[in-house]
Amino acid sequence: MAVIINKDTKIIIQGFTGKMGTFHAEEMIKYGSNVVGGVTPGKGGTKHLNLPVFNTVKEAVENTGASASILFVPPAFAADSAMEAADAGIRTCVAIVDGIPSHDMIRIKRYMRRYSKSEKMSLVGPNCAGIISPGKSMLGIMPGHIYKEGRVGIISRSGTLGYEAAQQLKDLNIGISTSVGIGGDPINGSSFKDIIGKFEEDDETDAILMIGEIGGPQEVAAGQFAKDNMKKPVIAYIAGLTAPKGRVMGHAGAIVSAYGESAVEKVEILREFGVTISKNPSVMGETVKEVLSK
Amino acid sequence: MDIHEYQAKKLLADFGVIIPRGGIAYSPENAENKAREIGGSKWVVKAQIHSGARGKAGGIILCNSPLEVAQATDKLLGKKLVTNQTGPQGKIVNRIYVEEATDIKKEFYLGLVFDRSSESIMVVASTEGGMSVEEISKEKPESIIRSKIEVAVGMQKFQAREIAFGLGVAPELINRTAETIIGCYRAFSELDATMVEINPLAVSGQGQILALDCKMSFDNNALFRRNQISELRDKTQENPSEVYASDRGLNYVSLDGNIGNIINGAGLAMASMDMIKLAGGEPANFLDVGGGATPEKIVKAFKLISMDEKVKVILVNIFAGINRCDWVAEGIVQALEKIEINVPLVIRLAGTNVDKGNKILRESKIKYIEANSLEDAANKAVKTLKG
Repeated sequence: MAVIINKDTKIIIQGFTGKMGTFHAEEMIKYGSNVVGGVTPGKGGTKHLNLPVFNTVKEAVENTGASASILFVPPAFAADSAMEAADAGIRTCVAIVDGIPSHDMIRIKRYMRRYSKSEKMSLVGPNCAGIISPGKSMLGIMPGHIYKEGRVGIISRSGTLGYEAAQQLKDLNIGISTSVGIGGDPINGSSFKDIIGKFEEDDETDAILMIGEIGGPQEVAAGQFAKDNMKKPVIAYIAGLTAPKGRVMGHAGAIVSAYGESAVEKVEILREFGVTISKNPSVMGETVKEVLSK
Repeated sequence: MDIHEYQAKKLLADFGVIIPRGGIAYSPENAENKAREIGGSKWVVKAQIHSGARGKAGGIILCNSPLEVAQATDKLLGKKLVTNQTGPQGKIVNRIYVEEATDIKKEFYLGLVFDRSSESIMVVASTEGGMSVEEISKEKPESIIRSKIEVAVGMQKFQAREIAFGLGVAPELINRTAETIIGCYRAFSELDATMVEINPLAVSGQGQILALDCKMSFDNNALFRRNQISELRDKTQENPSEVYASDRGLNYVSLDGNIGNIINGAGLAMASMDMIKLAGGEPANFLDVGGGATPEKIVKAFKLISMDEKVKVILVNIFAGINRCDWVAEGIVQALEKIEINVPLVIRLAGTNVDKGNKILRESKIKYIEANSLEDAANKAVKTLKG
């Protein structure tokens, strides 16, 4: 079984009938993901892409047995949709959308505290590329064909930098078990640490490539976790060596505002934790290859 | 988004924070008149720019008469003020805030920020007001009081009181101080702020708790529901190229180097800049045209970069996913038919249909240097520069 999703995972699309929802639903279906329907409030009872449309996530879950969802709703409504998914019993929800207010993200996370650990939905994103388990299922917006099936796990804040890594690995004939985009916002549904723990337990993953960037405490927290709890090797690249302090570099979360948040500092700390550092973004694939051959 | 001191003061005053009497002025006459309206015998003339450390840069002048207020205003208006936060180009002073001078007995630091580790709002206070929070954490870390606020229920009075007692505020001022702190919390929470800072928060000779300098920043992602805040944006305080870019939906940060770059995706853009640096060059900018790299965005990006006189070579690095390289290549060719580029151009395409994309570029009329990896692109850009 893959780490978060597999071939049978039933997926619904929230914001199904919109332009983005339609396009990416088609891409996911083409890839082989088990998309079973979608939600657009007010369009329940109709069909879209030959699949049923529901008014609420609850109805969609009751009728299809879906356990995963992907959000294509505008940022202003995204928090509401994520909480609706959590309440309806969705297990994994991917929020692609860029531009959710930070106060809303905090609200979502506080809302989810009402569920016990076993009942709690795992939210991935926002502002991310989603999840792919090559050859099994894609719950995201990535170009599926650049991901070769294999045994390396990828976790990345950036979308395109994650693609770059997948391509580099493919060129070296190295495959990927699962790749998770956790997103570029200051507050994410799932952190590096949340996902890296799942990879440690996954018997289809041998090593993990973590692609971080400036800003926030997440990479360091994951490094500490790896040192204390993990046997599998972790390789990391941290983007933003040249980023000036106090400026937002595209991603809302990519801003150095405290000690330990710059690329240089993160690299130093991760090295101390025993993480292998990819010295530049051009050799992420080669660094993984070296570690695997040890 | 940042706002001016006087705007932050006005917002915080609505939440019960006490501020000295003051008014905004756009000319020396205007300022003199404001001073008379405010009354008293001492005034502070404060340059309104989006930066701290204005005092050290000569942007805050103490005056003893309305005439002096006019003279100080005349001196500051229209000037570029360079502080340790503005960069060497400085920021222009278009507005002056005239305020009654406060007889200061004690100064505190009060700040509210998002704490990314605990995903809550953190209140930070210190007895060492007047110093920057970085200086305080370096020199007087023991003076810092931190309090995490549970956003679901908001800040409680006891939490605010604890901070006030921690600061050693006199017993008769505890309640007022707590109200001030809670007011700041409410402003932070209700206005989608990302930072509220009062430095100093002063105890006056008359026994009042006053906010003498205020700073607020807001979440750009929440401006759609905060018209009151959006209206406070002052584009004269922002880098003109960055304003041009943000008006066109591009993520752009101007830097000091001479290698311009056009990348899709923020992470890949930072990574490309890293490669430039490692190859011995310096990036002129950060520019993310968005994961999709649509032809329209590429045209806008080339226009923006060609406006920057520092740029001596342009590096384009696009990883095409669902949008294929052939489509991106056509976008680049179209863009270069519309815009004249007089500096060397290095292009690296990767991802879907990369061979088709490169073929389109090779067969087009555009002059460029082809690169086949991130490293190759950076090396070629730097090499071109060094001749």
